[in-house]
Amino acid sequence: MSHTFYVAVSYIAAFAVSFGLVAWVWLDHRARQRELAQLEAAGIRRRSDRSEAAQ
Amino acid sequence: MSEPSLAIRNFSDLANPTRFLALVAVLWPWLAGLTLCLFAAGLYLSFTTEGDYQQGETVRIMYVHVPAAWLSMMCYTVMALSALGTLVWRHPLADVSAKAAAPIGAGFTFLALVTGSLWGKPMWGTWWVWDARLTSVFVLFLMYLGLIALNRAMDDPARAAKVSAVLILVGFVNIPIIKFSVEWWNTLHQPASVVRMGGPTIDPEFLHPLLIMAVAFTLLFFTLHILAMRNEILRRRIAVLRRHAARAAGRKKGAA
Amino acid sequence: MIALLARDLKLSVRAGGGALIGVLFFMTVVAVIPFGVGPDLNLLSRIGPAILWIGALLASLLGLDRLFQAEREDGSLDLLLMQETPLVLTVFVKCVAHWIATGLPLVIASPLLGLFMNMDEVAIGATALTLLAGTPAITFIGAAGAGIAVALPRGGLLVSILVLPLAIPVLIFGVSAVYAAIEDPAPFLPPFLILIALNLFFAVIGPLAAAAALRLSSD
Repeated sequence: MSHTFYVAVSYIAAFAVSFGLVAWVWLDHRARQRELAQLEAAGIRRRSDRSEAAQ
Repeated sequence: MSEPSLAIRNFSDLANPTRFLALVAVLWPWLAGLTLCLFAAGLYLSFTTEGDYQQGETVRIMYVHVPAAWLSMMCYTVMALSALGTLVWRHPLADVSAKAAAPIGAGFTFLALVTGSLWGKPMWGTWWVWDARLTSVFVLFLMYLGLIALNRAMDDPARAAKVSAVLILVGFVNIPIIKFSVEWWNTLHQPASVVRMGGPTIDPEFLHPLLIMAVAFTLLFFTLHILAMRNEILRRRIAVLRRHAARAAGRKKGAA
Repeated sequence: MIALLARDLKLSVRAGGGALIGVLFFMTVVAVIPFGVGPDLNLLSRIGPAILWIGALLASLLGLDRLFQAEREDGSLDLLLMQETPLVLTVFVKCVAHWIATGLPLVIASPLLGLFMNMDEVAIGATALTLLAGTPAITFIGAAGAGIAVALPRGGLLVSILVLPLAIPVLIFGVSAVYAAIEDPAPFLPPFLILIALNLFFAVIGPLAAAAALRLSSD
């Protein structure tokens, strides 16, 4: 196998790991936002938000 | 209540998660953009520079391997500082920081191991040698996984954070010992048969792309880290909200 | 403190205390190795010290999760936390008791197993000596892991995972001291002294970390 193969594979691995981390962070954020939105829809808010809304 | 000011004047102002979230919202697009620019420049440089006459094309692996290895250690240092923050100053964001850093650190350590072994195969003729450096990085990887396992095994995030902070610090004290003992162990058994990692003396030809890639990876780490911290803060908020909601629902049922 | 030491010792020697289980486990592990690598006596005598060390390492990890678990279950851990003597000292004494109950039998059993491994007298003596110097270090650093995992429902396996990477230096210097004793040119004393230094070092940070973890996980 040529050296280019190893170089390519290691760059692909680097890309895969970075992309995996980015995807993890991004999907996690999406899921959390969705949960927050669901809670919001159910009328559950943080106390600080509620006090602002009451003003 | 007066409008909370979002200006961060000193480090303890970061203790307010809402302020931290606001700061992250401002900061992260810049960090991400800078990271992308540096990666573009670094990748361009690392593929246009000449290959080393000794190592040929494989020297290009160095541009991802060395930054990943450097990050694997820096990430543990960040975690150790966060652990100190948890235990000594009781900074409320410190445990969030430590928890968010662990998977990222494990990822970069894994990357360092994989690229190292991909570099080792054409250079040394084997995927893995029990070289001092490789072994200590492998142990570091195991410790990251152990920390993640510990964090996942506990339900209460506050207690998990404190206890894993203790473990992080014990590990941090131990890492120099492990490294030193592994080096001693290796020199006893197979002296100088292993090709040294710093084979070619670094000249500017390699140094520039390496430095740019290192800075790019570091920025990538910080971007991911603050975003992961944001996720963790949101996760805790959701948990608190759920608990409040459940309690309120229970109270209502009890009254009815 | 002496009372605590005596109490812990008595508890661990009693049935169900698990002191003898450790030795039994050690013997079983060592006895299983020849089935894996084959009954080649030369090979066995060459890797014998390493096998004994790994067996001792695993066996001393085995009982570690019980170090604070039983106290937590019957509530006496809270008493230990509340008493006036510093918690670090209490943890240290408990480690010593644990080592006498589980570590010392391993050291005593190791010459017998060394004979099985076709090791010569020098190797057997060196292995027993290094085990004597090294197993306390494993207990001390393991106490930190036990303190961390005390609040977990199934902490036993996790303790081993957390502690094993930290115990690598002890293993390295223990085994290299034995090999230094067998093979002439390498001096025996430097790795042995480093092993003792590791022992003292872990005797400080192990109880410290365990005490911190116990305090943090109790409130």
